Amino acid sequence: MFRLEARPQPSRAMTVASPLLALLLTAGLAALLFVLLGKNPLAGLSAYFLEPLNGRRQLTEVALKATPLILCALGLAVCYRSNVWNIGAEGQFVLGAITAGGLALWMTSVGFKASAWIITPLILAAGALGGMAWAAIVAFLRDRFNASEILVSLMLVYVAQQLLNYLVFVTWKDPKGFSMPHTPTFDAATWLPNLVPQSRLHVGALVALVLVAVFWAFIFRSWRGFQLQVGGLSPAAARYAGFSARAALWTALLVSGAMAGLAGAMEAAGPLRQLTPYVSTGYGFTAIIVCFVGRLHPVGILFSGVLLSMFLIGGELGQSRLGLPNALTGVFQGLLLFLLLACDTLIAYRVRWVGAVPAGGAGR
Amino acid sequence: MNEIALLIAATLASGTPVALAGLGLLLNEKAGVLNLGAEGMMLVAAVAGFAVAFHTGSDWVAMGAGALAGMAMALAFGWLVIWLGTNQYATGLALSLIGGGLSAFVGLGYVGKKLSERTVFDIPGLADLPFVGPAFFRQHPMTYIAIVATLAIAWFLYRSRGGLVLRAIGESPESAHFLGYRVRLIRLAAVLAGGALCGVAGAFLSVVYAPLWVEGLVAGRGWIALALTTFATWRPWRVLLGAYLFGGVTMVQFFLQGEGVEIASQLLSMLPYLATIVVLALISRNPAWIRINMPASLGRPFHPGS
Repeated sequence: MFRLEARPQPSRAMTVASPLLALLLTAGLAALLFVLLGKNPLAGLSAYFLEPLNGRRQLTEVALKATPLILCALGLAVCYRSNVWNIGAEGQFVLGAITAGGLALWMTSVGFKASAWIITPLILAAGALGGMAWAAIVAFLRDRFNASEILVSLMLVYVAQQLLNYLVFVTWKDPKGFSMPHTPTFDAATWLPNLVPQSRLHVGALVALVLVAVFWAFIFRSWRGFQLQVGGLSPAAARYAGFSARAALWTALLVSGAMAGLAGAMEAAGPLRQLTPYVSTGYGFTAIIVCFVGRLHPVGILFSGVLLSMFLIGGELGQSRLGLPNALTGVFQGLLLFLLLACDTLIAYRVRWVGAVPAGGAGR
Repeated sequence: MNEIALLIAATLASGTPVALAGLGLLLNEKAGVLNLGAEGMMLVAAVAGFAVAFHTGSDWVAMGAGALAGMAMALAFGWLVIWLGTNQYATGLALSLIGGGLSAFVGLGYVGKKLSERTVFDIPGLADLPFVGPAFFRQHPMTYIAIVATLAIAWFLYRSRGGLVLRAIGESPESAHFLGYRVRLIRLAAVLAGGALCGVAGAFLSVVYAPLWVEGLVAGRGWIALALTTFATWRPWRVLLGAYLFGGVTMVQFFLQGEGVEIASQLLSMLPYLATIVVLALISRNPAWIRINMPASLGRPFHPGS
């Protein structure tokens, strides 16, 4: 009989080892699943874990998809550290894409021309404001009406998606698009500048890298970041110290909304260059996993963002090369988070073999 | 008049799965466990139920399969949060995400498949009554079972010893532990019961209500069911009424379109979600009211002997 025994202190080594252990277990279960599907498990694992890093084309694609994941997860880390459970980054992402796309469409229709140094920041700011506004609804309802931010932020995901549908099917629909629901392609002046020639990778990836550093400084080196964390760890201590819980709520939601909106703007003005009903392929939800696997730490999020992006690319590769269903990616993502939470038990507990337990001694 | 009758019938059918899931989550929460994985459990159960109905042709076997699928998911969740003491929010979210992925993967072979001819369920005598018949007595038996389940759960929670123990554990697991109750096992039982009800709800959606399988079929009903427990201030009958309210709002959009109201369908599709937000805000407005009604240990892990 194994028994969990509390460690005198949380294990620092396990904090780092737990995601790796979870990853290893996920890979093991993935290999098992490949065998069950009648595929070569090594070829399957290679599609997910090696081939996405093989060659310039794949690498730029990994960086391209890691960018929105990292951005959304950075914002969510601030939320979760403050014990604010925003799970609607997906909706804030969609709103960012809508506002940034709307601005790009307006610029396209009036023939607005300026240097990319002016246009790109405008587009990105529009997206960040859109995401912020959407998150502000959550903050307002929590602050004023005490409504659960979990449920409100999630409900708003569905509302945002329907709003996007309405715009691309009705208001902003491309008149030359026949029956296809999408907006006209944005004018080339509004596109995000490219980072690597002959790839889809845009400057957004650099912005994300800079923001990793900014968020590290904000969380660990700023007074406001400290207040947020105290509020998250111990609301009573924060109240005693006079840190406002309301300010923490608003800061966390506005920051994470802005980040998700920024990611949405980059998606619209980056690889898509138009709005379609499929602007987001679940980045906002995957970012929740990125956030936890990255230990709510900006540098950890950088790594886990790349990892989960490899899963996305691996899913596409597995489909095109091995005929594996792309839907497997979703299974692996969920599995990784689930196993991570289980492995995290090892941070505070160690497993001890205690021999046979007398009847009635276990299970209480 | 006839349209109104059909609207009432559709409202009852649309509210039933949400009511079943909401009742399951109510049992969880009364024991102090918050399961944010409802959406994932419903999705996996929906695909399991659809597959079973497709191969066996029986609605009832399909609902049973849905219940088992929901319980299997709930077991994984329960083990993590009750024995390993993981964060309930994060674990529930993980369950929702895994359920989304798993159902999409398993369901690939069932997209676009049709179930065998649906049986008509008319209550003899009553179904032929004018207005009342089409409105209330031409429902799938599950609609009535949901009402009976509400009655049974209300009785269990407030009139039986088992319900008293369950509520005691939800209010103060420490006290219940010192009285000699096996808190973790009872919490697990509540979580499994919740999983089974969410599972039946998911299978009902794919087998009876839709009846088809597409990715993301549940469309947020698991989350709405979660909101429902708060709406209902943790009372079974209010869960049922809230579910019908949600069903009504869902159906009003089709009714309005049928009446030729010129509002884009996308905007009308927002209604159930917006309504949920509005009602949630109105009910939560008074923090004291929520505090009095909410099980005191909700979301808090319990370690015996600590």
